Order: sequence, then C-alpha cells, then structure tokens
Amino acid sequence: MTVLQVEGLQTHFFTDAGVVKAVDGVDFSLDEGEVLGLVGESGSGKSVTGFSILRLVDPPGRVVGGHIMFRGQDLAQLPESEMRRLRGNRIAMIFQDPMMTLNPVLRIDTQMIEAVRAHERVSAKAARDRAISALAKVGIPSPAERLGAYPHQFSGGMRQRVAIAIALLNGPDLIVADEPTTALDVTIQSQILAEVQDLARDTGTALIWITHDLAVVAGLADRVAVMYAGRIVETGPTDAVLAGPDHPYSVGLLGSIPGHGQRGQRLAQIPGMAPNMADLPPGCAFAPRCFRADARCRAEAPEITVRGSGGRLRCHHPMSAGEVAT
Amino acid sequence: MLVYLLRRIAQSVFVALAMMVIVFFGIYMIGNPVDILISPDATPREIEETMARFGFDQPIHIQFFTFVGNALQGDLGRSFVHGESAVTLILHYMPATLELAALGLFFSILIGVPLGVYAGYKSDRWQGRAIMTGSIFGFSLPNFWVGMLLILIFAVELRWLPSTGRGDTVEVLGIRLSIFSENGLQYMILPALTLALYKASLVTRLARAGTQEALVQDYVKFARAKGVSETRILFVHVLKNIMIPIVTVLGLELGSMIAFAVVTETVFAWPGMGKLLIDSILTLDRPVIVAYLMMTVLIFIVINLVVDIVYTILDPRVRLTGGST
Repeated sequence: MTVLQVEGLQTHFFTDAGVVKAVDGVDFSLDEGEVLGLVGESGSGKSVTGFSILRLVDPPGRVVGGHIMFRGQDLAQLPESEMRRLRGNRIAMIFQDPMMTLNPVLRIDTQMIEAVRAHERVSAKAARDRAISALAKVGIPSPAERLGAYPHQFSGGMRQRVAIAIALLNGPDLIVADEPTTALDVTIQSQILAEVQDLARDTGTALIWITHDLAVVAGLADRVAVMYAGRIVETGPTDAVLAGPDHPYSVGLLGSIPGHGQRGQRLAQIPGMAPNMADLPPGCAFAPRCFRADARCRAEAPEITVRGSGGRLRCHHPMSAGEVAT
Repeated sequence: MLVYLLRRIAQSVFVALAMMVIVFFGIYMIGNPVDILISPDATPREIEETMARFGFDQPIHIQFFTFVGNALQGDLGRSFVHGESAVTLILHYMPATLELAALGLFFSILIGVPLGVYAGYKSDRWQGRAIMTGSIFGFSLPNFWVGMLLILIFAVELRWLPSTGRGDTVEVLGIRLSIFSENGLQYMILPALTLALYKASLVTRLARAGTQEALVQDYVKFARAKGVSETRILFVHVLKNIMIPIVTVLGLELGSMIAFAVVTETVFAWPGMGKLLIDSILTLDRPVIVAYLMMTVLIFIVINLVVDIVYTILDPRVRLTGGST
C-alpha cells in the first residue's frame, strides 16, 4: 500500500538574489516498508525534498506547488497544527549531524519523553519505558542508565542511535533520513545501516534515505532516485539503475566511485561544477556538463519518460538508446 | 569541583587585597576629613589633637598597615559622624538595599526574558521590532527621570502606590525587611521597577540575540521534527540554552544594582546603603566610604562565585569538566 505519493513538488527559496528553485517538480511514491535512496550532489535539492515532506523548510524557502499525499491527506495543504501532530508521530526525521541534533543542555530522557508526550497522553513512566525499549532496539547498552545522561556524554555514533531511537518512538509510517551516516566513520556507518534496515523490515516503516553515497544506497535501498538541480533525473529499482544507468549523470556518478581493478587509473569525474540554482540553463540543467548533450538538450528541458523496468527518466538521449543521432 | 572552588576563593582574596590598596590610597587623596569634622575657628592645638586621635599624624604607610590590620579583624573603623562602627552602620542599611535589588532583579527577569524570547522569535516582524525599539528607551532614559515619572504617574496621578519611604517592615531572622509585608512591598514596587528598567532592556536584548541564534540550530529543527509544540521549544529548548549568558550578565549587574542603587534610593528616599554613601561622601566620613567600597567588592566577589556555581547547574558540559579536575 502506498504510504507517500509526491507529485510535482516545488520548493522555492525567495532570496535577494532571485528565486532559487531548489526543488522543481519532483515526483515519487513510496510503499509500506519500502526504502527509497535519494541520491545527488550537494545542492541538488535532496535534503530540501526531505524537509519539504515534513514542512520544515526554513524561510525564505517555501513549498510553492505540488502535492504531498500521505495516507490520503495532502501535507502541502495541511494546517500547521495538524502538521505538528504528524511530525514525530506518523512521519519522523533523522538529521545529518548527530553532534548538533540533540539539545546539549537537556538530558536524553527529557528529549525522548517529550517526543512521546507531544502526541499521546501517557504517564511519564510509560513514556520512559517506551524510551528505554527504543534505545535498546537501536543497540544502546544499559539503556535505563543512559537515559539520565546528557548528549555530550555520548559518542557521535551513539548520538545518532539516540536520534534514530527518537524517530522510532511513536512507530512512524515514514522516516526521512537526511544523510544520517555521512558524519560517522565507516564501521559505525555499516552497523547503523544494518540496524535501520532490520528495523524498517520488522515494522513496515517506509524509509527515504537521502545520501550522496551510492555504496550506501546499493546495500540499503529498494529503489533509487537520482536528483540533479532540483529534479529527479532518473529513478528505478536499485539493481537496475546501478547495473545499467540510463541518464548520463547517473553514469557519471557511478563512474566516480573508486572500485576494484582500477588501481593506478584516474577516477572518472563529471566535468564542470554543479549549476548555480538561481540561474539555471534554459534546457536540460545537466546539458553543460553532459558528453551526450546537443542543441535540443540546451534548448528544451526533457520530460519524464517511463522505462520498461518501472523506472522513469528525464533525458533526450538515454544511454540505452544507443549512439546520439547527429 | 572543590579544587576549582578553592582556586576561585584564593583569587578572590587577592582581588580583595588589591582593592584595599586602591580604596585606601584613593580616599586619602580626596581630602583631610578633619577640616570638615571640627569647626573652622579651632586652634591649631585642637586640630593637632584631633589628628592624633584619628591617627592622621602618622605617615601614610603606617596608617595603611593599621588599616589593613584592623580590616583583617573585621574592623573598618568608626564613623566620624555617627560614632558607630562603619561595618555595623553599613550592615544596618544593607538589608533595605539588598531586598530592593533582589526585587529589581526579579522584575528585570520577569520582564526581560519573555520579551526577549518573543522578540527573537518574531525578529523580522513588527512585534519584534517594536520590542527592540522599546528597549532603547530602557537603556537611554536616565534613572532619576524614570523614577520621577513613575512617581508622577502611579503615586500622584493614579494614587495606586506610595512614592517615598520604606513602609512597614517585618523582622525576619533579626533583619528588618519590607518585602514580606504587604504595605512594605507596595513601597518597594516603584523603586524596584526603576532599578529594573535598565536591566530588563539588557536582558531583553541578550535573550533576543540568544533566541535568534538558538532558533536556527539543528536541535530546534529536530525538536520540531519530533512534533514538540512551539511554546515548549521556546521555553524549554531555547530558554535553557540562552540562560547561560543571561545569568552571567545578571550576576554582574546584580552587583552594580546593589552597589550603585544610589540614585534610585535618593529619588525614592529609600533608606539603603546608597543613601548612606551619599551622606557619607558629603561629610567626608572616611571609614564609612571605605567600608562601603570594601563591602561592594565583597558583594561582587561573592556574586561572581555564585554565578560560576550556577553555570554548572545550567550547563552540564561545565559540570563534567569541573567534576573531573
């Protein structure tokens, strides 16, 4: 069953330098228990997409168009008071930097209990018990004692576990995870990934995992969506996209991962820089950096085409279509 | 924590000693109190006798050591005017000033913190701007003028509150206080508000700056993502983070409020230390001035110490490092 259906989402930032279309027409949907990997460079709009779903975009940013259908109601239209009731309850979020997400002057129990009691009238004791079991679930040893600690008494990995435990507290239908393992070292990262995967599978929670790391997506996500300049340029089942990417940008991303059998060779890189979001080219935003781009790409932005594998693509010259006609 | 405290106390003793030197020689420069104490037509012999009685005929360094020696025994001399021990005199007037300062501090927090947090929350709206503009008045209006204006409005026009004096006092642990009697409290409100106005503007500005800074932090966004209400975010998550600078500044300001309540006490004829100081300066009553200044130093030292201890309560990170040393 579909948990989340995002259609034509547009989130713009109204800055002095002009309107920045950070997210400009994003569509995707998510089933129960499904994990979507949202991939892209810095500034591609993937984090803003995540914050838009929770309606937590900071001013001057605003969701200006599209629908965010969550269990039948459109979050884009929901009044703020009802939105608050959903946040942390049906939709939870995990942030990038665990050192910054917990309030340094409040104890862990305060921060966990308030998350429970913001949504349910339960006794402090019951909320506390739920906090303890959530901490145990994410692998924090002796959770009952650790509840009385302050964030600075935890390591980065432990703090991220606490943040994940907070996200799990109310058994949400959807968790948006914004690069939650980027700030952690690799061993902790893989532990947390494995745990989150188990948790999502056990509880049927849908997961949007925002990252720039394709290796993370490969091990975790059911489907992957590649974002570039505020749009999803390619989406499909993870295996299909990683094995045979159709969009030249996906090809570039995959090519820039260090892999086996490449010792001594230069890593491939995508030429040029991420575009200035306040001043996008008129056609395909990737055209200036694309090795397949032609006059059509520079003049006209590609529409979405549906691929055979259930994937979708925004490209005039997909890789599987063979050589570019000149 | 204990080592830290001991170190702080040692520092304080040094500060007190340094202050003794400055106060003593500073007062010595002002003038000879004998000129005021005895009548102008006294004979040179009478003057010399008086000088000898107070020890003014000794060389200055001998006078200083006598002063330090006595001070270490808690004796800061006798008032030339009142004939009483200067310390006793100050202690007699001190409770009135302390309770006034305490109420003033309470008012400044009560007014300043909510206004500042709200102004920070609505910093780009008219509400926030209006509060900030208002706080400029708090800064710039002179104390005596505010006091007189308050008297004019609340005592003369509206007749809600008394204008001058101290009102009824209640004896608490042997100290006469107004704050616990309803009548006395009425007398305190106007002078305390006058004292509080400047501090309240200061607190407003501090709280606003802190709130603005805290609101963009990830932990606020994360609290929102948890579905926590805006009120709780402001008054739990933000407030606890901004209290550290506010406590520091208020601690220091409490000292200045006690020490320099002079103007307000004069306007409201409040019988506190400030009024005693003014009278003593007019009569060059040296021991009282010295005792007052030493007392002020002591108050500042104690307040700074208390502020440091309150820190550890507010900021768990300080507590941890303090505990490990």
